[in-house]
Amino acid sequence: MRDSFHISLSPGATAAAVAALVLLPIALNAVDQSFYIVLATRILIFGLIATSLNLVIGYAGMISFGHAAFVGAGAYTAALLIRGGFDSAWIAWPSGALAGALLALVVGAVSLRTRGVYFIMITLAFAQMVYYVIVSLKILGGDDGLNVPHRPVIGLGVDLRSDAHFYYVVLAIFVLLLAVLRRFLNAGMGRAIQGIRDNETRMEAIGFATYRLKLSCFVAAGAVAGLGGGMIAALNGFVSPSLLQWQQSGLLMVMVILGGAGRFLGGMLGAAVLLGADEILSDYTTHGSLGVGIVLLLVVLVSPQGLSSLVRRQLG
Amino acid sequence: MPLALIVEQLLNGLQLGLMLFLLAAGLTLVFGIMDTINLAHGSLYMIGAYLAATVTEAAGSFLIGILAAVIGTAAIGAALEIALFRSLYRRSHLTQVLATFALILIANELVRIVWGSQPISLNMPASLSGPIEPVAGFRYPAYRLVVIVAGIAVGLLLYVGVTNTRVGMWVRAAASDREMASAMGVRTSRLFTFVFAAGAGLCAVAGALLGPLLAVQVGMGENILILAFVVIVIGGIGSVRGALVGSLLIGIVDTAGRAFLPALFRVLFPPAISSEAGPALASILIYVLMASVLFFRPRGLFPARG
Repeated sequence: MRDSFHISLSPGATAAAVAALVLLPIALNAVDQSFYIVLATRILIFGLIATSLNLVIGYAGMISFGHAAFVGAGAYTAALLIRGGFDSAWIAWPSGALAGALLALVVGAVSLRTRGVYFIMITLAFAQMVYYVIVSLKILGGDDGLNVPHRPVIGLGVDLRSDAHFYYVVLAIFVLLLAVLRRFLNAGMGRAIQGIRDNETRMEAIGFATYRLKLSCFVAAGAVAGLGGGMIAALNGFVSPSLLQWQQSGLLMVMVILGGAGRFLGGMLGAAVLLGADEILSDYTTHGSLGVGIVLLLVVLVSPQGLSSLVRRQLG
Repeated sequence: MPLALIVEQLLNGLQLGLMLFLLAAGLTLVFGIMDTINLAHGSLYMIGAYLAATVTEAAGSFLIGILAAVIGTAAIGAALEIALFRSLYRRSHLTQVLATFALILIANELVRIVWGSQPISLNMPASLSGPIEPVAGFRYPAYRLVVIVAGIAVGLLLYVGVTNTRVGMWVRAAASDREMASAMGVRTSRLFTFVFAAGAGLCAVAGALLGPLLAVQVGMGENILILAFVVIVIGGIGSVRGALVGSLLIGIVDTAGRAFLPALFRVLFPPAISSEAGPALASILIYVLMASVLFFRPRGLFPARG
C-alpha cells in the first residue's frame, strides 16, 4: 500500500528548485530588477511562517487564528535587542524564535483545553491580547511601532546590509528548516501528529500523549514564526503593531489554504502567490484586495484542497 | 470618585453592551443553527451604517435612514445566504473562516469603490444632539440615552420573538438539534434564510445607531466583530440568552475597565508602572475574561446544546 503520510520530494526537482532560488538574485541583477530581491526575501520569510502555520493547521489539525502574535513577538524582541545594542543576528534572531516559542507555550497550554470553534476563537482572543498590550505600551512605540536602526551583523564575511546577502541568508535558513521539517514529518512524532489530526481519540487510546504532542507542535511553529518575525524586523527596518493585527493572522491562514493545507510546500506556494499577486496588482489598481478576495472565495469553493491539488490534478 | 461619573460610565457600558447584543444575537444564531462561522457579519454592520448615512443625507430623516438601512442590509443578507452561505453550511470551519474572510476583503473594497476611503458622516437628529438632565445635577447626552432605549426595545422584541413565537420555537429547535428539527417538519432552508436576513437587519440597526457616535468608515465592522465573537464565546454559542448576558458583561467590563482601571492603578502603584500597565490591562481585560471563562467552562456560560 502506498504510504500516504510519507513526504517524498524528488531529488532532481528539489535540486533544480534550490538552484533556481540561488540563481534568482543574479538573474534579477542581470536584468536590472534588483528591487525584486527584497520581495523575493519577503516571500521566503512569509513562506517559512506560513509553513509553520501549515504544520499547525494542515498536519496537526489545530485551526489557530492567532499566528501573527508569534510573528509579532519575534519581531519586537529582535527589534528591541538590535536597538539595545545587541546587533548580532546570532542573538537577535534566536531570541525572536525563543519569544515566539514561549508565547506559543502559554497560549497553547490554555487553548488546547478547548476544541473546534472555541479553539479558533481563543487563539484569536490571545492574539488580540498581545496586539493591544503592544499598542498600549509606550516603550514599544504604541501605534507607531519602533525603528530598527540598522540590520544586524552576522559575521562569516556576510554583510546583511546588502539585499542579496540578506536573501541568501534567509534562503539558507529556509532550506535548512524545511529539510528539518520534512525529516520530522516523516519520523514517528510527525506521523503521530497527523494521526491525531485524523482521529485524536484513537491515538489517545493507543497510548499517545496527545495533549503534549499537540503542544510541542504548536510551540515549534511559534518558534519558527518568531524567527520569521525577527527576520522581517531586520528586513523592513521597522516593526509596527500591524504585523500582529488579526487580519494578518487571517492572511497567513489564507496562504496556507491557498497553497494547500497539509501539503509540504503549501505554505510556500500560498505565500508566493498571495504576495506576488499583491505586488503585481498594486501596480495597476488600489483595489487589489478585491481580486484577492474573489480568487480566494473561488479557490475555497472550487478547490478546498488548495492550489497544489489543482496543480497535481493537472499533472495527472 | 463622584457617583455621577460611575453612573455615566455604567450607562456607556450598557449602551455598548446593547449594541453588541444586536450583533451577537445574529452571529450566535448563525453559528448555533447553521454551525457556520461568519466573519463577514461585521461587514453587514458596516454596510448598514453606510446605507443609513447615505439615505439619511438624501432623505433628511434619520428614522428613514435607519429603516432603509435595515431593509437594505436584510435584503443583502438574504441574497448572500442564498448565493453563498448555503453551500458553506456543510463545509469545515476552516473553509467557512476563509470564505467569509474573503467576503470581508471584497466588501471593504466595494465600499471603498462606492463611497471612497474617507470616513463619511452620519449626523444624529439635531433635536437629540444636546445633553439632557434626567435627574437634577446629572447630565447625559440625549442621543446616547435614545440608543440605550432603542437597544432595549429591539433586544426585548428579539428575546420575545425567540422565546414566545412559533418561528422562535423553530429557531431554538434548530439550534439545539438541526436534524431533529428538520425531521419534525421545520422547513430549515427557508428558516436559515430568514435567520440570516434578520441577523443582517440587526447589524444594520447597530450600525445606524452607532454611526453618529463612531466613525462610519471602511474596516469599522472588524473591531466590533471581534468583540461580538468574544461575547458569543463567553455566552455559549447558539444561545440568545448567553449572547445577552455576554454582551452586557463585555460592554460594562470593557467600559468600566477603561474608565476606572488607570485611576485605580495610579492609587496602587508608582507612576512609572501605572501609566503603562493601567491602560494596557484595561484594553485586554475582556480577552482575559474570555480566556478565563473558557478555561473553567470550555463551552461558555449557557451552552445551547445539551
